[in-house]
Amino acid sequence: MRATVTKRAFLPLAAAAMATVLAGCGSQIADPASAGSTTGSATSCVNTSGSSVKVGFINSLSGTMAISESTVFDSLSLAAEEINASGGVLGKQLEVISEDGASEPTKFAERAGKLIQQDCTAAVFGGWTSSSRKAMLPVFEANDALLFYPVQYEGLESSKNIFYTGATTNQQIIPALDYLAEQGTKSLFLVGSDYVFPRTANKIIQAYAAAKGIKVLGEEYAPLGSTEFSTIVNKVRDSKADAVFNTLNGDSNVAFFRQYKSVGLTADSMPVVSVSIAEEEVPGVGLDNVQGQLTAWDYYQTLDTPANKKFVAAFKAKFGAGRVTSDPMEAAYTSLYLWKAMVEKAASFDVDKVQAAADGVSFEAPEGLVTVNGGNNHITKTPRIGKINADGLIDTVWSSPAAVEPDPFLATYDWAKDLAK
Amino acid sequence: MELLIGQMFAGLSLGSVLLLAALGLSLTFGQMGVINMAHGEFMMAGAYTAFVVQQVISDAGASLLVSIPAGFLVGGVLGLVLEAVLLRRMYHRPLDTLLVTFGVALILQQAARDIFGAPSVDVRAPVWLQGNIELLGAPIPLTRLFILGLALVCLAGLVLLLKATPLGRRIRAVVLNRDLAETSGVSTRRSDQLTFFIGSGLAGVAGVAVTLIGSTSPYLGTNYIVDAFLVVVAGGIGQIKGAVIAAFALGVLQSVFEYSTTASIGKVLLLIVIVVFLQLRPQGIFSLKTRSLA
Repeated sequence: MRATVTKRAFLPLAAAAMATVLAGCGSQIADPASAGSTTGSATSCVNTSGSSVKVGFINSLSGTMAISESTVFDSLSLAAEEINASGGVLGKQLEVISEDGASEPTKFAERAGKLIQQDCTAAVFGGWTSSSRKAMLPVFEANDALLFYPVQYEGLESSKNIFYTGATTNQQIIPALDYLAEQGTKSLFLVGSDYVFPRTANKIIQAYAAAKGIKVLGEEYAPLGSTEFSTIVNKVRDSKADAVFNTLNGDSNVAFFRQYKSVGLTADSMPVVSVSIAEEEVPGVGLDNVQGQLTAWDYYQTLDTPANKKFVAAFKAKFGAGRVTSDPMEAAYTSLYLWKAMVEKAASFDVDKVQAAADGVSFEAPEGLVTVNGGNNHITKTPRIGKINADGLIDTVWSSPAAVEPDPFLATYDWAKDLAK
Repeated sequence: MELLIGQMFAGLSLGSVLLLAALGLSLTFGQMGVINMAHGEFMMAGAYTAFVVQQVISDAGASLLVSIPAGFLVGGVLGLVLEAVLLRRMYHRPLDTLLVTFGVALILQQAARDIFGAPSVDVRAPVWLQGNIELLGAPIPLTRLFILGLALVCLAGLVLLLKATPLGRRIRAVVLNRDLAETSGVSTRRSDQLTFFIGSGLAGVAGVAVTLIGSTSPYLGTNYIVDAFLVVVAGGIGQIKGAVIAAFALGVLQSVFEYSTTASIGKVLLLIVIVVFLQLRPQGIFSLKTRSLA
C-alpha cells in the first residue's frame, strides 16, 4: 500500500517540476553584468593587413526568434555579397563569420564576445530583441567594438558602440499616433505582449494621449506567446474605442487577430495599428485575418524608389521569387552599407576613427536617403503608415513629408519630459 | 450583461480547449502513469496535419472535417511508436520517462521546424465557422462553439469507450490492478498500446481544434502542455470526470481573474489557487480507489 501512495504523490510533483522548467524556458533573462564577462583588454585584434577583413553576423538561427532573425541574416548576406562584388570595403573583401544567438540573450552576449575577441571582426551586425541588445551592450562597450542593430525598438538608449539603424520611437510610434490623431481618433485601446518594448511604447502612448486629449480606454498585456485572447478581445470590444494600438509580438498576433475577427470586429469598425507585423509575418497571421489593418514602419516592399526596386529584385533573385522584404531586413541591409560608408570616410577600420567619421554619413537606402546622427548613433528615417493589401503586401497610406531626425530620448517633445527619467 | 455573457462563454470556451488538451493526457498520464512531455508535440503534429490536409483539400470546410480523424491517426501513431520504441522499456521508471519524452518533444519541435519552417503557417477556418452568433447581444464566436462541441463529443466517445466496450473494461482492469488483470488473461501489452494510441490520438484532435483559434507553429505544444498537466493533476490522477470539472473550473476562473485584473496577473492568481488547492487536497478533486496491493 505504501508504495502506491508514494508513487501517486510523486507523479503530480514531477509534473509540476517539469511545468516549472518549461515555464522558465520562456522567460530567460540575461544578467547584462555577468554576460560575456570574459572581457579583458580593450585592444583590438582586427587584422587588416590581408586582402580581406572579417565582419560578424549575430542572429538567432534557432529558437523562437529564428522566424524573424533568419530573414535579417539573409538580407545581411545579400548586402555582403553585393559589397564584395563591387570591390569590397577599402579594397578588402568581407569575410563573414556568422554566429547563432539561439534566441537567448546570454548566448548573444557570449557569441558577441567570441566574434570580437577570437574572430577579431571589425564590426558586428544583428540582434533583434531588446533583451539580446541589452545583453550585448556591455560586451561591446567593454571591448570597445561596434554593433549595428537593425530593428525598431523602444528608444531611451544610446551607446557609442552601437549604431541603431531601425526606428526609434519618434520614427515609428509617434508618427503612427500623429496619423491616428489626424484621422480624428479620439480614443485608443492598447494591447501588447508583456515585456519591455510594449510596456515602454505604451508609456509613451499614454503620455502622448494625455497631452493631445486622446482617451486611452484600456491597456492590456498578454504573456509572451499567449494564444488565449477571449477576455482581452471582449474588453476591447466593450470599450468601443476608435482604434487599437497593437504591440503584440510573434505568434500572439495570430491568435489575437483571429479572435478579434471572430467577435465581429473589423478594420472598418475598429482599425488596429500594429508595430510588429511586417510583410514577413502576414502569411503566418493569415491574410484573411489582417487584410485592411494598419501598420507603422519606415519601409515597405511596395515602395517606389530606384534603390528599393534594386534591393527587392536582388533579394528575390538570391532567395526566391516567393520571398518578401520587410523593414528590419531593409534596416539590416542598410546597416552594412552605412558601416562601409563610415569606414571609407574614416579611411580606416579602427573603431575610434569609424566612430569619429560616423556623423553625417549617408546612404541612399531602399526607404530613401538615411543619414547617421553622430550625437546619438541613430539614423534619420521616413515614417510611413501602411495598409495590408489583398496580396499580403503593404501599401503606403501616409508618409512623413520628410525624413525624421532620431530622438531616442524624446528630448524635443514637451509631453515626453517625464518619460526619459 | 452583454459583457458578462461574453465572459462566461470565454471561460467555458477556454475550459473546452483545456479539456481537449488534457483528455488524452488523463488517459496516458492518469491511467497509465506515464509522464509524457511530448503530449503537446502530438498536438502540434495534429495541427500540422490540418495544415497538410488543407494543402491537399483546398476547401477549408471539407479539410477541417477530414483533418479531425487524420489528426487523431497521426497523433495516435506517433504515440504508438513512442510507446513501442521507448516507453515500454521504462514503465516503472517515471523519472526516466519524463526526461526521455522531454527529449522526444524537442526532437519533434525541431523536426517540425525543418519540415515546415520556423514561421507559423496559416490554417484557414471554414467559411461556416467565421463570424459569430449573438446571444443576448454578446457575440459568441462560431469557432469557439465548434471547439466546445468537439470537446464534448470527444469526452462522450471516451467515456463510452471506457465504460461500455470490452476494450474499455480491459483498460480499466489494467489500471485498477495490473497483475491481477494479467493473471486473468488480459493482455496488458495490448491494453497499454491501445490506451496510448487513443490518448495520443486525442492530442492530435486537440491540435486540429486549436488551429482555429491560434497559430500553427513548432512551439504550439509548449503553450498547452503545462495547462494540460495542471488540469489532470488538479482533477485527480486517473479521473476523467475530475479532468472535466478541473478543465472548466480552471477555464472559468482564468477568465474571471483575467477580466478583473490583467492576463499576466490572472494567470498568476490561477496558479496560486491551484497550488493552495493541491496543498489542501493533494489527490486532486477525485482520487482513484484501486485494489492494487503493490
